[in-house]
Amino acid sequence: MNVLKRDEQPLKSSSDVVAARQKVRQWSTELRFSLVDQTKLITAASELARNALDHGKGGAMTIELISNHGKSGLRLIFEDQGPGIPDIEQALKDGFTTGSGMGLGLGGSKRLVNEFSIESEVGKGTKVTIIRWK
Amino acid sequence: MDRIPVLRMGSLLLITIQVDMHDKLALQLQDDVTHRITEYGSTGVLIDISSLEIVDSFIGRMLANVAAMSRVLGAETVVVGMQPAVAITLVELGMSLPGVRTALSVEAGMELLLTAAAETAYGFDDERSQA
Repeated sequence: MNVLKRDEQPLKSSSDVVAARQKVRQWSTELRFSLVDQTKLITAASELARNALDHGKGGAMTIELISNHGKSGLRLIFEDQGPGIPDIEQALKDGFTTGSGMGLGLGGSKRLVNEFSIESEVGKGTKVTIIRWK
Repeated sequence: MDRIPVLRMGSLLLITIQVDMHDKLALQLQDDVTHRITEYGSTGVLIDISSLEIVDSFIGRMLANVAAMSRVLGAETVVVGMQPAVAITLVELGMSLPGVRTALSVEAGMELLLTAAAETAYGFDDERSQA
């Protein structure tokens, strides 16, 4: 897998979440994603950016244009140094929430992308990686 | 702090969301709508989201909250103009906005609200027996 382009967006406030959405929109437009694919990826990014801010006490999003065997796509990595998630399987279930949300963030965003992975260590932080192929 | 304008038109409140809202702005709107309903005695709230490029779970929850709070205060809410891509994404995300009435256009939404208000005022059954 080749990374062709990379950028970073800090996630320290709710206007950073808006900036993250706009960055994902801009990159997915450049890659000529269909409108539905764009909307899905931006929505997933919005959920995960908010998670990093609200539950992870802030972090950053890395956005990468990647290519693999002639396919191109966007990879988004959300990292925070928050409390971590003790039970990932439970956190991925719809309706699970520790905050004020609907509990659709993790499980919901997983359904909106092609690839989803999550690593989390209690006391250290959480890293969520998503990919949407064109 | 900037705000989403809440316009009064007769017995209705009209809201057009035209910016990519950050979360605080969405919560502010939720507050403003409930205050305006009690201030003006509005019977209907129309929220136009045709310029919104995404509705995530936070915005979705705000819309559901506004509908629920308005109902408790005696007003109906209709969300109009959702883009098809937004609808597809919302449902896949797991949110089908239960409890929120929707319509395709501002006109259709307005009609829905005025009909709902008339039904409440005169009683639906009376109206039917007269017809």
